[in-house]
Amino acid sequence: MAKHATPQLDQLESGPWPSFVSDMKQEAAMRAENPKGLDYQIPQDCPDDLLGVLELSYAEKETHWKHGGIVGVFGYGGGVIGRYCDQPEQFPGVAHFHTMRVAQPSGKYYNTKFLRDLCDIWDLRGSGLTNMHGSTGDIVLLGTQTHQLEEIFFELTHNMHVDLGGSGSNLRTPEACLGQSRCEYACYNTQDMCYQLTQDYQDELHRPAFPYKFKFKFDGCPNGCVCAMARSDFAVVGTWKDDIKIDQDKVKAYVGGAIKPNAGAHAGRDWGRFDIQAEMIDLCPSRCMKWDGAKLSIKTADCVRCMHCINTMPQALRIGDERGASILVGAKAPVVDGAQMGSLLMPFISCEAPYDDVKEVIEKIWDWWMEEGKNRERIGETMKRLSFQKVLEVTKIPATACHVKEPRSNPYIFFKEEEVPGGWQRDLVAYRKRHQR
Amino acid sequence: MVFISSGYNPEKPMENRITDIGPHKYDEYFPPVIKKNLGKWLYHEILEPGVLMHVAENGDKVYTVRVGGTRTMSITHIRELCDIADQYCGGYLRWTTRNNVEFMVTDEAAMKKLRDELNSRKFEGGSYKFPVGGTGAGISNMVHTQGWVHCHTPATDASGPVKCVMDAVFDDFKNMRMPAPVRIALACCINMCGAVHCSDIGLVGIHRKPPMIDHQWADRLCEIPLAVAACPTAAVRPTKVEYNGEKVNSIAVKQERCMYCGNCYTMCPALPISDGEGDGIAIMVGGKVSNRISMPKFSKVVVGYIPNEPPRWPTLTNTVKHIVEVYAANARKYERLGDWAERIGWESFFKLTGLEFTHHLIDDFRDPAYYTWRQSTQFKF
Repeated sequence: MAKHATPQLDQLESGPWPSFVSDMKQEAAMRAENPKGLDYQIPQDCPDDLLGVLELSYAEKETHWKHGGIVGVFGYGGGVIGRYCDQPEQFPGVAHFHTMRVAQPSGKYYNTKFLRDLCDIWDLRGSGLTNMHGSTGDIVLLGTQTHQLEEIFFELTHNMHVDLGGSGSNLRTPEACLGQSRCEYACYNTQDMCYQLTQDYQDELHRPAFPYKFKFKFDGCPNGCVCAMARSDFAVVGTWKDDIKIDQDKVKAYVGGAIKPNAGAHAGRDWGRFDIQAEMIDLCPSRCMKWDGAKLSIKTADCVRCMHCINTMPQALRIGDERGASILVGAKAPVVDGAQMGSLLMPFISCEAPYDDVKEVIEKIWDWWMEEGKNRERIGETMKRLSFQKVLEVTKIPATACHVKEPRSNPYIFFKEEEVPGGWQRDLVAYRKRHQR
Repeated sequence: MVFISSGYNPEKPMENRITDIGPHKYDEYFPPVIKKNLGKWLYHEILEPGVLMHVAENGDKVYTVRVGGTRTMSITHIRELCDIADQYCGGYLRWTTRNNVEFMVTDEAAMKKLRDELNSRKFEGGSYKFPVGGTGAGISNMVHTQGWVHCHTPATDASGPVKCVMDAVFDDFKNMRMPAPVRIALACCINMCGAVHCSDIGLVGIHRKPPMIDHQWADRLCEIPLAVAACPTAAVRPTKVEYNGEKVNSIAVKQERCMYCGNCYTMCPALPISDGEGDGIAIMVGGKVSNRISMPKFSKVVVGYIPNEPPRWPTLTNTVKHIVEVYAANARKYERLGDWAERIGWESFFKLTGLEFTHHLIDDFRDPAYYTWRQSTQFKF
């Protein structure tokens, strides 16, 4: 028998898509039954109370969670998000219901031992509810009480040898696509760069010292499966410099219909026979390809590496061999000054471990941002306020036409004094000799 | 309850303390076929919706079965996923960035058994536990935020409306009839802790009433200058007010300047903004993150407000479904929703979808607004 009636939530159990309500009820029932005979360290019925407070929100159409409080583990300024219910008498099981972020392995591969160990800790010391995963990529343990935070952290670090993720004004938990582990498009080892930089910047991740949050994301190719360019302050997106590799026989196989285009992604509808001219050549954004009926040719100098042709013919076309990545800086969601996409800063870096060249750029950006950034200002906003030129200056990257979609359309140029012969200190007396007032 | 110590000694927090060890190394969890072929994959095929086959240079194959997952997930559910992975996949599994779960096997017959097993399991309430799908030119799983389940600033729930939208487009999770991938995402407020601003269809919770001011608590709970600085439209200012016969430091809000972003509330709990009547969801469309064919772009607001209609959000789900159907019927192969809207023109988008164009949809936030107005006589009547 459920603790609270949930007539509205019950209506979210029907329909084909997995129901989170059914899942929460299943957890509530499991805790009530307690087959392992655990001495639950936080209220046994907390999933019931979570369903109860959620039902109240469904009735009132307002949240019942208060502003976070300052809770955490000793020595860290992030990784725990304090959360309190604003109706604690009605729902005592979730009166305190803090979140812990646990660092996920990059690419989110797991074995069942890791997951079961984590579940066991969370069974005893938490709500038994999680987010797999939070938006930034962490494993999110959803709901425990203050007195359990150090206990959980102790068990995570001592028994599972895993750490907390980031929250607050610090480096947030970095995230990578699955990269070379299972994708032929990956231009560098995204998981390795993500892992290495996460390890190297543990201090920045755990101890807030920045004006606001800072996110790294690593995409293996311009398809952008982890949305690095849209979601991360520092986006590393795989690319290459040389020719796309062409297997002409396989191109013919696509043209002849022997291989389904786009890896079979359009199989749900009859789109007619594959038309290489209409579907590939004419859609190339830089018009760098030609098909003469027997041979596909690509003018590499004109290619902008959008991935369309490679996505369309994965068996015939492959990324080039001179591989690396582009770095784009400053993406963010709308708060405060409007959404921003990452802006291209480094057209190409080689991406070889231990990634010192990448770290050099990161650290120069951080130094500048920690000096100049205002409270709660993302790096993208600092860039907007103080100019892209300033970012080039502090990172010592020379300006190139790659950096812009188009040159400026106003002549309000800031010249540096040393760029102007004679500088800015001028002789008014001499001027007045030439020009009467 | 008897307190069970982990071994942590609160008297000596630094004793045996382990810190800054980070995540586990990614390759500890690679299934053998993945470990062996790192960086050596040749090509892939989508064999059917939800099933991928990757082929390596040496001829090795890995079959991946992808299932939709709910982001909010119990340990009972995770343990069931583990049971399946132990039975079929040597104890390995992975999650995608869109809350899907992937199981990998090296044998086609095993893949089919696994796929059927996953499709067969249901919750007591009747929904699928592990629906196979979410690949290619279809509708993948939604990424979303926390909502009323556990967040303090939401303007809507997240898990609930996501469940309703995914129910409505479920056939297209299990099919690949779209012109191109359709990525739907939901953020329960404009903080957008999910990538809603670059989605084919982005659903975002919005408030419509300026914050209330709790004069009793403002000076005690908040750093007032931080709340003032947080306002992007300079609607918030410090003030002194009379409260219970006393002059107290507090906050004033110029209501006509407020666009209800809630940023001041983030800084100051004495400025509550949520409101059952005022809150709801805006629909944004046409964004993308991929560089394929066209450059990445932001989603644009095409429906300024839909009320919160728990528990099933019928207006929201019907509108999303309708936009998907009009797009599917009109766009060209490979054309993402935003590319289609730009090719036909946004005036045609509103004509074809029948969505009403109102003044709410014209940008008026800062300089970029001007660049979205039409500086041309080229338009469609």
